[in-house]
Amino acid sequence: MAHDHDHDHHHHDHEHSELSETQLRVRALETVLTEKGYVDPAALDAIVEAYETKIGPRNGARVVAKAWTDPAFKKELLDDATKAINALGHIARTGDHLIAVENTPQRHNMVVCTLCSCYPWEMLGLPPVWYKASPYRSRAVKDPRGVLRDFGVTLSADTEIRVWDSTAETRFLVLPMRPAGTEGWSEERLAEIVTRDSMIGTGLPKAAP
Amino acid sequence: MPNATAMQAAKAVPGIPQDEDGPVFNEPWQAQAFAMTLALYDRGLFTWGEWAATLADEIKRAQAAGDPDTGETYYSHWLAALERLVAEKGVATRETLHRTRDAWDHACDRTPHGQPIELRASDFHE
Repeated sequence: MAHDHDHDHHHHDHEHSELSETQLRVRALETVLTEKGYVDPAALDAIVEAYETKIGPRNGARVVAKAWTDPAFKKELLDDATKAINALGHIARTGDHLIAVENTPQRHNMVVCTLCSCYPWEMLGLPPVWYKASPYRSRAVKDPRGVLRDFGVTLSADTEIRVWDSTAETRFLVLPMRPAGTEGWSEERLAEIVTRDSMIGTGLPKAAP
Repeated sequence: MPNATAMQAAKAVPGIPQDEDGPVFNEPWQAQAFAMTLALYDRGLFTWGEWAATLADEIKRAQAAGDPDTGETYYSHWLAALERLVAEKGVATRETLHRTRDAWDHACDRTPHGQPIELRASDFHE
C-alpha cells in the first residue's frame, strides 16, 4: 500500500499504533514472501483491489438510510456517530472517533486521507484505489469542485464544499442528502441507493428511478 | 470477474464465503491472506487439492480445540494453513515468520498513532 501521509497530526505522546495479532501475522507473511520473491506487493494490492467492493460489512448504507427515516437517530448520529452506531448493536459496529457530517443544499462534504488505517472500512468497505492515491488527496484540497466534476458530480455554484482530512483519530462518514422521489421508501430500499462514494462525498446517492 | 485463479479457488476450496460474483471478505486482512494464497498457487507452490486438505486439517484441529465453527473464524484457519504450507514447502521457517511478526509489533510500538507503520532493520533487534 502506498504511504505518503504528509499532514500534521496532533498526537498524544503515549499513543502508539496497534495492529491485532492477526494483522501482525499477515504483515509478517507478506514481508517474508516479498523478500524471498514469492509475491509482489503491487500484484497483491491488485488482487485485493479487485475485491474492494467485497470487503467489509459495508454497514454505512444502512446507517445512512436509518438517519434518513429516523430523525432522533439522525440527531444522535450527528452528535456522536460512534456512540449512535454502536448503540444499534445488531446493525453495525464501528471504531472510535467517527464523525458524521451532513450534506445540505448549502454545504457538500468530502473526505480525504491517504492512510488505510484512517478509513472506516467497517462502515464503507475497502477504500477505492483512487482514495489512497496522492493526486486525489492533493487535488481534493486545492480544487474540490474539479475533483467532483471528474466524478460526475456537479454542484450548484453556491454550495460550499468542505473537505475533511481524516486521521486515525478522527474518521468521517458523509451523510448524503436524501434524494427527492424516495418518500415512503423503507430503510432497506433506501440503503440500496446509498453508494460508497456518496459516503465519502465524491458521489451522490443513486437517483430514485 | 477480475481474477481467474480466484474463481478456480472458489470452486476448488470448500467453504470460501462468497456471493454470486465470487469471494467476499469481512476484513481487509482476509483479502490479503487470500491474495497471498492465490499468488503462491500461481507460483506452483501447491495445488488446490493440497491447499484444501491443509485447510481442512487446520479447521479440524481448531474445532478439536473448541473453535465455535460459526464460519466467522474461517479466515483464521486460512491464515494458519498458509503459515503451515509456507513452512512445510521450505519457503520460510516458523522462526522467521515469528521474528518478522515481532519486528512488526516493535514497529507499531515506536510509530505514533495515525502515521504509516513501516518496518526497519532495527525492528528486528529488540
